Amino acid sequence: MPVVSMTVNGKAVSADVDIRTLLVQYLRESLRLTGTHVGCDTSQCGACVIHLDGKAVKSCTTLAVQCEGSNVLTIEGLAAPDGPLHPMQEAFRENHGLQCGFCTPGMVMAAVDMVNRKGNELDEHTIRQELDGNLCRCTGYHNIVKSIAAGAKAMKGSSQAA
Amino acid sequence: MYAFKYHQPKTVRQAANLLAKFPEAKVLAGGHSLIPVMKLRLASPSDIVDINKVEGLSGVEVKGRSVVIGAMTRHFEVAGSQTLKDVLPALAGVPGSIGDPHVRHRGTIGGSVANNDPNADYPAACLGLGATIITNKRRIASDDFFTGMFSTALAPDEIIVKISFPVAKKAAYQKFKHPASGFALVGVFVSKRGPDIRVAVTGAGSNGVFRVTSFEEALKKRFSPKSIEGMTVTAEGLNTDIHASAEYRAHLIGVLARRALAAA
Ligand SMILES: Cc1cc2nc3c(=O)[nH]c(=O)nc-3n(C[C@H](O)[C@H](O)[C@H](O)COP(=O)(O)OP(=O)(O)OC[C@H]3O[C@@H](n4cnc5c(N)ncnc54)[C@H](O)[C@@H]3O)c2cc1C
Ligand code: FES
Ligand code: FES
Repeated sequence: MPVVSMTVNGKAVSADVDIRTLLVQYLRESLRLTGTHVGCDTSQCGACVIHLDGKAVKSCTTLAVQCEGSNVLTIEGLAAPDGPLHPMQEAFRENHGLQCGFCTPGMVMAAVDMVNRKGNELDEHTIRQELDGNLCRCTGYHNIVKSIAAGAKAMKGSSQAA
Repeated sequence: MYAFKYHQPKTVRQAANLLAKFPEAKVLAGGHSLIPVMKLRLASPSDIVDINKVEGLSGVEVKGRSVVIGAMTRHFEVAGSQTLKDVLPALAGVPGSIGDPHVRHRGTIGGSVANNDPNADYPAACLGLGATIITNKRRIASDDFFTGMFSTALAPDEIIVKISFPVAKKAAYQKFKHPASGFALVGVFVSKRGPDIRVAVTGAGSNGVFRVTSFEEALKKRFSPKSIEGMTVTAEGLNTDIHASAEYRAHLIGVLARRALAAA
């Protein structure tokens, strides 16, 4: 089994993995970072979205070995462990942007990526379109859209913008 | 997923040698078609030849009257290419409609074309523009490349290196998206470059992407929606599935072709 090394949430990590290990399994099972979820086996739900070298990707559709030397950011790395929440997380809390919370880590990571690409002023149409790859079985999306619009604004000027 | 051996070649030649050596090997590009089918154990390659570290396979470049796109160019890079928006906006618009942002960050044009999914968008763009698929061995005209559902003219040890699209004066793509999957229920790409008129359809044919020659003939007089007003295609040879009947798909081909012509 090869050793796979990468930077996860700013820390250098490495672990022995079977070649067929998906990035999401590596994060959850080898590193015990269980904030990243698995909601489907067809690459459609987005519960597993993380940032790989600065871009939102589905960690269930990437092999861990492919990420050798890469920089990975997961939901756990968005805010400092005992510091305040990231503005996008705070916006989800303020706006009741979750119910069961299963989709939330993927939603928040997708939302931050959306801001990185599209800026801090996001209208409802843009947010809904950009959420194509993230499914929620609870909320009906309305409050997720509100949370993202608010979080995007709050990220302006914030030193935490990922 | 079943176990496999993993290779990370640095050059196209090394990758081709690996494919020649292991007959059950598969190229891994963006992985957004291959990894899902491996997870479902519908594919079980003995070896994975990951071409993500091969240099020089990505980028969008204008060469004379063509735009050449490297096989490993991701959907979001193609969608964001200002060069492409300037010279061939109809093609630049295609990848933006593929999947979702996360899929577009990984999926590649070469992977999509090699996969030839009967509902994929890029095959329609290739056939609709008369693109040339350039491999490590030869140049293949798109008319000869797409040979049926999920099948192409590629040999087992052949790798797509780049795709060359002639710049058409008039071109447009119209896609009727499946609301859940985002794939094309039907998509129609039309183009006119001098006397070469093309109408290519994805999502409908039971043999994958195809051209509508009756529409192409009618458009020779004038490249306008009027020229094919009231014309229909037969439902024979089209797909019926839980999403749509062959008759409905046949109807959509006419509607989308007219919309594309109006937009071109
Ligand atoms: C949720 C989701 C939604 C999607 N929606 C759409 C959509 O709306 N429209 C659409 O068109 N597609 C869609 N796709 C498919 C997506 O575009 C894939 O990325 C694409 O079809 C395959 O490209 P890839 O780079 O990921 O290829 P891979 O998955 O890596 O490879 C696909 C196949 O091509 C072969 N291959 C790859 N590159 C080469 C090469 N250079 N030379 C020779 N063979 C090669 C591989 O061996 C494999 O057999 C979707 C996928 C997902 C997961
Ligand atoms: S787990 Fe559903 S897309 Fe990754
Ligand atoms: S909050 Fe339950 S799935 Fe989204």
